[in-house]
Amino acid sequence: MSAVIDKADIASYAIRWGDDALILSHRLAEWCADAPELEEDMALMNLALDLVGQARTLYTYAGELEGRGRDEDAIAFTREERDYKNALLVEQPNEDFAYAVARQFLYDAFSLPFYQALASSKDATLAALGEKAAKEVRYHLKHSADWLIRLGDGTDESHRRMQAAIDELWTYTGELFVNDDLDRRLIAAGIGVDLAALKSAWNDTVSTVLKEATLQRPADGWMATGGREGRHSEYMGYLLAELQYMQRAYPNMKW
Amino acid sequence: MYTQGLDIPKGDKSIPVEKADSAEALRFQARIDADEKIEPKDWMPEGYRKTLIRQISQHAHSEVIGMQPEGNWITRAPTLRRKAILMAKVQDEGGHGLYLYSAAETLGVSRDELVEQLLDGSAKYSSIFNYPTLTWADIGAIGWLVDGAAIMNQIPLCRCSYGPYARAMIRICKEESFHQRQGYELMLALSRGSAEQKAMMQDAFDRWWWPALMMFGPHDTKGDAEGIKSQHSEQSMKWRIKRVSNDELRQKFVDVTVPQAEYLGLKVPDPHLKWNAETGHYDFGPIDWNEFKNVLIGNGPCNKKRLKMRREAHERGAWVREAAMAYAAKKAKRNAA
Amino acid sequence: MSRKEWPLYEVFIRSRNGLNHIHVGSVHAPDPKMALENARDAYTRRGEGVSIWVVASNAITASDPGEKESLFEPLAEKVYRHPTFYDIPDEVKNI
Repeated sequence: MSAVIDKADIASYAIRWGDDALILSHRLAEWCADAPELEEDMALMNLALDLVGQARTLYTYAGELEGRGRDEDAIAFTREERDYKNALLVEQPNEDFAYAVARQFLYDAFSLPFYQALASSKDATLAALGEKAAKEVRYHLKHSADWLIRLGDGTDESHRRMQAAIDELWTYTGELFVNDDLDRRLIAAGIGVDLAALKSAWNDTVSTVLKEATLQRPADGWMATGGREGRHSEYMGYLLAELQYMQRAYPNMKW
Repeated sequence: MYTQGLDIPKGDKSIPVEKADSAEALRFQARIDADEKIEPKDWMPEGYRKTLIRQISQHAHSEVIGMQPEGNWITRAPTLRRKAILMAKVQDEGGHGLYLYSAAETLGVSRDELVEQLLDGSAKYSSIFNYPTLTWADIGAIGWLVDGAAIMNQIPLCRCSYGPYARAMIRICKEESFHQRQGYELMLALSRGSAEQKAMMQDAFDRWWWPALMMFGPHDTKGDAEGIKSQHSEQSMKWRIKRVSNDELRQKFVDVTVPQAEYLGLKVPDPHLKWNAETGHYDFGPIDWNEFKNVLIGNGPCNKKRLKMRREAHERGAWVREAAMAYAAKKAKRNAA
Repeated sequence: MSRKEWPLYEVFIRSRNGLNHIHVGSVHAPDPKMALENARDAYTRRGEGVSIWVVASNAITASDPGEKESLFEPLAEKVYRHPTFYDIPDEVKNI
């Protein structure tokens, strides 16, 4: 184990995962009053609420580690686009319900083993969050996998839409398993999760569920990356314009 | 979010006014007078059933449409705490809609039929949701004033004679107690904030005050030009579906809300507002019933937008609902094989 | 607009172990699995439950309120089933 653990590293790490949770919750919240059935409206909001909770824990912890007086809101709302390190997958827009299901499923199948692994982090705060989040995400995965199967094996139209969403979002899944320098330092310190090692669990889940959904697993071709370095899609600017609107229009106020 | 503004209008022939002279009807009325609850399969007059379906479904539609003006600010909430609160609150409104549809369905009507009535414009919902949420302060104003008014309307309904409706209302009132408080707390934060925040708060209050008072419905005093003390309204009282008069509730709302507004440093947008030591109540100015009627018949700022969004969401979801049914059928067939 | 409504399920919740499941309302769902998830999302948002049952509404057979008299009144009469029916002198303890 390496001698000195840089607190700033852990803070950056917490922010990165907080960003995944926040941006995905934003996309889910866009379904408010717009879901295919009232019951599903409530289900999606429950997922979004879990994710906001995770983001808050992670940002608050990052702020404490930094010791520069940034609270959860300063981190959530006042950074430049390049400073958001979420994966490209979670910022992809809600083209239709199939996209929301595909995005959620592909991410849940990753984040469940991720949080399970984080639960044994040497960092006590991250470990505690990992344990809590894994319970939440287990339900998310069940919900999204159930929908994927229903829509994949439902009608011709739903099958077509579901396959199209999986095909289009597939290119954003590779990024989830890439360890960068920050990951490597924290893996060495026993704090971070080895992302590459999660791939086989993800593969198993995805293959099993896609098969049951009678959907084709796309070929692992070229994968888009950049989110973890803050290079986002064009969608991100609009998302942030909305997310940050109040804090940008009325800076430094209490709400 | 029930509002008495949704009472059955005078002259509505679709709901019979019952004569209540049959043996069954007399027995039914005796049970109600004894404060017994009526349960789904019990005998009930057709007018009772119809009035309840109308009232419960309008109430449910109001909850569902009510998700829109507040949902409008979820993605723009200024802090993560406020965002989480708002998400939970709007989700509760959806839940309340669901409880209420569920109660209405015990009367032998399907949710599909009720939703169809909403989408084709034949069913009403509370006109308060046809006003826009223009700033963040509107979210506070809705929680504090609109939910406050709704709670006042709804608490008596927890004792309503129809069991499933009363039980749904108990659940709703229990959950809603946080809605008003979060709204007031939001306003409190603005009142302690910058000049811009205070101005934002006053502006929201100015726009929501009168619509909130209109939520209690037209005057029910006899002889008033606007009065609608209809046979239906009397019948609803007799059946214990409605338990308190519109004006009584409105006065109570004004009496408790004015001091709360003063605490926030707000000026009530009513030059006639004045404490009356003799009656022990606030006197307040005349309500613009012309505006009320206009919003009710579809000329409010957001009537078209709200219904359009609901219709589109319903249409966009059709293939999903259909696919889920198709899958369930396939699965049942496989399991049977 | 097609009338292909998701079927109705009745929801029963056990609020904590040791208590019975109690009827709380209903949800619509395409199948029992989704009905369970929908019931969880609609009726346990504040930790109201530790266990949920969902039952297709059309699978419930209910007694007819019109038969209430013949079903239940004969039972109300059998007062000797209740402990208070029996007169025991106060001096006699622990009974």
